[in-house]
Amino acid sequence: MRLEYFQMVDRILALSIEQGHVRAAATVPTESPIFEGHFPDHPLMPGVLLIECMAQTAGWILLAQARFDRMPFLAAIKDAKLRNFVLPGTRLEIDARVLHEGSGFAVTKNEVLVEGTQVCSAEITFRILPFPASGVRDMLLAAAKRVEFPLEAIGHGQ
Amino acid sequence: MSSTFDTVANIIAETCDIPRETIKPESHAIDDLQIDSLDFLDIAFAIDKAFGIKLPLEQWMQEVNDGKATTEQYFVLKNLCGQIDQLVAAKSA
Repeated sequence: MRLEYFQMVDRILALSIEQGHVRAAATVPTESPIFEGHFPDHPLMPGVLLIECMAQTAGWILLAQARFDRMPFLAAIKDAKLRNFVLPGTRLEIDARVLHEGSGFAVTKNEVLVEGTQVCSAEITFRILPFPASGVRDMLLAAAKRVEFPLEAIGHGQ
Repeated sequence: MSSTFDTVANIIAETCDIPRETIKPESHAIDDLQIDSLDFLDIAFAIDKAFGIKLPLEQWMQEVNDGKATTEQYFVLKNLCGQIDQLVAAKSA
C-alpha cells in the first residue's frame, strides 16, 4: 500500500467474475507523511482511505466484468461504518461483492477485515463509463500486474 | 400500470425524500421532480430490484443525445412505467 500514490491494494487474493466477488490484501505502511498529520504521536489509517480501499477493491471486480473496456467511477457511498481504529502496519483483507449490475452503473457491498474481524463496511455505487484517456487504461493494466490481477481470466493473458 | 406507478412513486418518494402526494403520472422526473442523474441511479437500482429488470438507461440516454428520443418518452413517470411494464412482460414472455 502506498498511500501517497493512492495505491491501496497490494494483491488480489481471489476474484470470480461469475460470482461478482473479489478479495484483496493490503498492509498499511508503518511510515507515511499522512501519519504526520493524522495524528501527531497517534498515527491512524484515515477512515476515508479505508473507504478508498473498499472502492479500489470493488473497482477490480467491476473492471474484470467490463473486460477493461470501461471503468468504474466512485459515485455514492452508503451506510459507511468505521468500527475500529486501524494502525500503521496492519494487514487488511478487503472484500467486495457486486450487488447489482445496472445499465451504466453498479452497486457493491464491501468490507475490510483485520484478522477476520470487520473493521469497516459500506455499500458503494459506481458509474461505469468509458475510459477518459488511454493513459488511464494503461495505468490500470500496469496496476493489474502489480496486484496480481488474473488478466488471463478476462482474455488479456499478458 | 397503476401498481407499477405506485411502486415507482414510492421508490422516488423514499429515495429522493419527495412528498409522495406531489409525484404524479404526468410528472417529469428531471424537469418537475428535479431528480438528478446520481439520485436516478438509486431509483434505477431500486426499480431494477423491485421488478427484476434492468432499465436500459444508457440506451435511453444515447437515444436522447442522438435526438432519436425525447426525455419525456422515458422520464415522464407514466411513460417510464410503460417502459417498465414492457420490460417485465418481455422478461416473462
